[in-house]
Amino acid sequence: MYTDSISTTNWQGVIGLEIHSQSLVNSKLFSAAGTRFGAPVNSQVSHFDSSLPGTLPVINRGCVEAAVVAALALNCHINMVSKFDRKHYFYADLPAGYQITQHRQPIAVNGYLKYTSLQSAKGNQRPVKKMAKILQIQLEQDSGKSLHDDELRRSLIDLNRAGVGLMEIVTAPDFSTGTEAAAFIKELLLILQTIKVCDGKMSEGSLRVDANVSVHHPGQPLGVRTEVKNLNSITGVTKAIDFEIKRQISELEKGNEIFNETKSFDYVTGKTVTMRDKERLQDYRFMPEPNLLPLRLYTNDTLPTGLSDDQIVNVDKLRDSLPLLPAQKRQAVQDKYGLSYNQAQFLVGEEGLLEYFTDVVEETNRDPLLTYNLLANQVLMYLNREDISIHNSPVCSKRLKELVVLLSHKTISLNTAKKVLEVMFEGDTRLPPDIVEHHNWKQITDPDKIEEYCLDAITKNHKLVSLYKGGKKKVFQNLVGQVHKMAYGRAEPNLVNEILKKKLDQM
Amino acid sequence: MQNLKEVLNQLKTNHLSAEALCEQCIQRLRKTQDLNAYVSVSDSKARRQAQKAQQIYNSGKNIRKLEGIPIAVKDNYSTTDIQTSCASHMLLGYHPPYNATVVQRLLDQGAILMGKTNMDEFAMGSGSVNSIFGPVKNPWKYPFNKKTQNNQSSDYDVRAASNKKTSMDYSANPSKNDSNQETQYVTETDHVTESDQSQAWYVSGGSSGGSAVAVATASCLVALGSDTGGSVRNPASYCGVVGYKPTYGLVSRHGLIPLVNSMDVPGILSKTVDDTAAVLDVIAGHDELDSTTVTDPRVPFNLPDVSRIDIKSFHIGIPKEYHVPTLPGETRQTWQRAADIFENAGAKVSQVSLPHMQYSIVCYSVLNACEVASNMACYDGIEFGHRASTSDSTEALYASTRHQGFNEVVRGRILAGNYFLLKRNYDKYFLQAQRVRRLISQDFANIFKEGIDVLLTPTTLSDAMSYTDYISEDNRTRCEKEDLFTQPVNMAGLPAINIPMEISTSGLPVGLQLIGQSFKDKRLLTISKWFEHQVNFPYSDLVNSIE
Repeated sequence: MYTDSISTTNWQGVIGLEIHSQSLVNSKLFSAAGTRFGAPVNSQVSHFDSSLPGTLPVINRGCVEAAVVAALALNCHINMVSKFDRKHYFYADLPAGYQITQHRQPIAVNGYLKYTSLQSAKGNQRPVKKMAKILQIQLEQDSGKSLHDDELRRSLIDLNRAGVGLMEIVTAPDFSTGTEAAAFIKELLLILQTIKVCDGKMSEGSLRVDANVSVHHPGQPLGVRTEVKNLNSITGVTKAIDFEIKRQISELEKGNEIFNETKSFDYVTGKTVTMRDKERLQDYRFMPEPNLLPLRLYTNDTLPTGLSDDQIVNVDKLRDSLPLLPAQKRQAVQDKYGLSYNQAQFLVGEEGLLEYFTDVVEETNRDPLLTYNLLANQVLMYLNREDISIHNSPVCSKRLKELVVLLSHKTISLNTAKKVLEVMFEGDTRLPPDIVEHHNWKQITDPDKIEEYCLDAITKNHKLVSLYKGGKKKVFQNLVGQVHKMAYGRAEPNLVNEILKKKLDQM
Repeated sequence: MQNLKEVLNQLKTNHLSAEALCEQCIQRLRKTQDLNAYVSVSDSKARRQAQKAQQIYNSGKNIRKLEGIPIAVKDNYSTTDIQTSCASHMLLGYHPPYNATVVQRLLDQGAILMGKTNMDEFAMGSGSVNSIFGPVKNPWKYPFNKKTQNNQSSDYDVRAASNKKTSMDYSANPSKNDSNQETQYVTETDHVTESDQSQAWYVSGGSSGGSAVAVATASCLVALGSDTGGSVRNPASYCGVVGYKPTYGLVSRHGLIPLVNSMDVPGILSKTVDDTAAVLDVIAGHDELDSTTVTDPRVPFNLPDVSRIDIKSFHIGIPKEYHVPTLPGETRQTWQRAADIFENAGAKVSQVSLPHMQYSIVCYSVLNACEVASNMACYDGIEFGHRASTSDSTEALYASTRHQGFNEVVRGRILAGNYFLLKRNYDKYFLQAQRVRRLISQDFANIFKEGIDVLLTPTTLSDAMSYTDYISEDNRTRCEKEDLFTQPVNMAGLPAINIPMEISTSGLPVGLQLIGQSFKDKRLLTISKWFEHQVNFPYSDLVNSIE
């Protein structure tokens, strides 16, 4: 058992996350105003968004459907009746003086998400399967933005974002490191993108993370927590949480107290910074939103009469239209193509990649591993270096497919394939067979021809040959290299090995 | 007396021109301007509209349901480019960029807007005495003859000019378009000091006092009020007009500046029940901008002829809890006479019980304060309305904006509401009040389940009070007494109506309240129409005193 004496080795971080995901719907949660990112300041604002007196909220069906689909994907219990509440606080970019949210009866509760976190063990990173509980999913409004002009001592308000629909996903405190939390966010992001409810652009604020962080000794009560708000990148999540854990441990070890406070993360210094105190002592004076009826969802069994399909949200219908989720896709890739978990994760982990891969493999009907290697090690390496998305790849799936066919027919060697890719990256728009033809890169598979090269190499490399014959078998590879050099890299490697060995042994 | 249907008939048959009708109303408005019923008058625009209406009548084509009918609208309905102030400094000079749904529906049917009517600030009051424009005065027993000498039409322009001078900075107004065709009255001090304190005049009731007076004095045919705890029925009772509060959800609140969202209902003031039905027919029904409105298909509200109303088929309930100890004998007698009228005509009349009614007013004040605290949070001086000139900090700006913009009544309710909503108080006050609210609704439901069609009660404890008596008690105490008989209806969302019955011994109107079942508005109006024909309220007494 642990005692009160501080053990410097046994601290454990405890992290719970609140994720705000902007719904990928082109109007706001309660108004018809647009939601375009980067639109001119205050151009996406309805009378309701600026809280003109007498305006009333009208729920956006698209946002409700997005939340239901997310709830289904996150294995949640869906509340067939949910309610809206007002959360009061004064802030210049919150025109109504309150935010409409779902405090008491959210749209979904009690879900979970399985994810894989990489853990370092003996210098290697190995995937560890984890699960985090989802406490609830609620619909709520985003706030506007305040811009502070220090020089002219004034604040400017942009209400474009005010009232945009958010889904707040709240997890249990199921994480112990920043890496774990980040791995969860990555998986969540992938799911939300797959089900098309969030564009996943963290840098544009489409997905923002608040982390509640505390530390304790395992087996003892949880420590006082701090909240790090508005993390808008995966690295931010990792770094902010890990910094905060270290900071808290170091404070506690110095005998200091941790205060329940709100912090922000400074990306430049890599440190968490305390925000204004007023954030700490808020009483939000929650109250039911009187202008919205309880939000009712239906199933095939409870469909109301007299209401048309576009007036209701049918959970069963949405469940049926759910696409394959990342976990299912990964399993399918592993089963069907015999790839490893990590390889499957790689293909599923980036939007569009799996489709590209499948295009190539299904068409060629062979060699998924070869295709994977080309894609992961050659094509993606190039795309990442040049910051190009897979959709805009200069080597489209059709051209890669042609390349794989050439390889599997042994028309070219792997080295040649790499050269063909280079040529295509550099702007050659022809199909691989034409490129191979043009450069005369076809592999030499005629045994007589290869025998010629072998004999030639033997004649020209007396020293190596006598070393080999004298028992230094290692020099065989040097001789192979000589053969390839003479054949300009086009000789089929297996044949070269075979024939060269035979010739040497015959001597 | 002419009702809406007759006026429309005369317009159609060319016995009356829309312009003459409009002019009559403008003249009555001028004659009675001391009553302070209007806060802004759009007479020039009204005249132009009347001209257009006449052209339509002349052409005989596309005549709409309310073509050329002069109406007035309470100043808490948003009206495009016409100041919508809620009788508060907070919204003085605020010109909404949109029309409230009900206003739009009336205008779409050809109604002519005479102006916006006076009220208690943000509808918080039952006397129409807490307005930055000064109190509204009851036309009954008002000494018109002495006043009209000093206040001819020139007075109008002086007031309009004084409108512009104000010590406050309204830089945050969304619209700078101060239409010069609009006449806006201003500043309470002028109004009160002039004569009001010294004169014995009676309060109009409230908070829709301006609309009630406008209808009573015939400066319009019908008017819109709003009813949260009795704000339409109360002034209707004191001014001797029909005041109708529809079922919650039957009429859109979009554009009505909220007091208590869960109880606010647009209401109608008129001289006859048929007029109210005609207006309801235009404004009722689903509005996609108000999610709390009914989605059921619309039914017309035209009422049968009196002769065809079978009063014997009605069952009237008399709730015994309305026999409060403070009920004056005269009111009790009037109430008894009304019950007798029904009984003598063959209706079944039974005593019924609303066991939780006595707790209603307390819970009403808690819920009222809570929603007020929340609804008033948007008045921060940032997007619209008054903004203080402080620039020390955002918090300081809020504080002084709200201190300058709201009167003490509003600030008091905000404070109370925020207190009730604190985490530690929420259950004790807000939730408890909501629980009792459900019990009250249940009380009504139980009665109606037993076969009662409508309840008959007094609308107010007595007839109108003199201004001096009225202001001897504070707003909160007054509201608790004034709203006693009306607010349980709002707690339950039911339809209810004030029907003027007779003139009291002190020469003031007395009204009775009929309460109907949820969404059975037509049935309530039908029996109200029958009752109205039995009592035959002497409207002409007032008209004679003005003319």
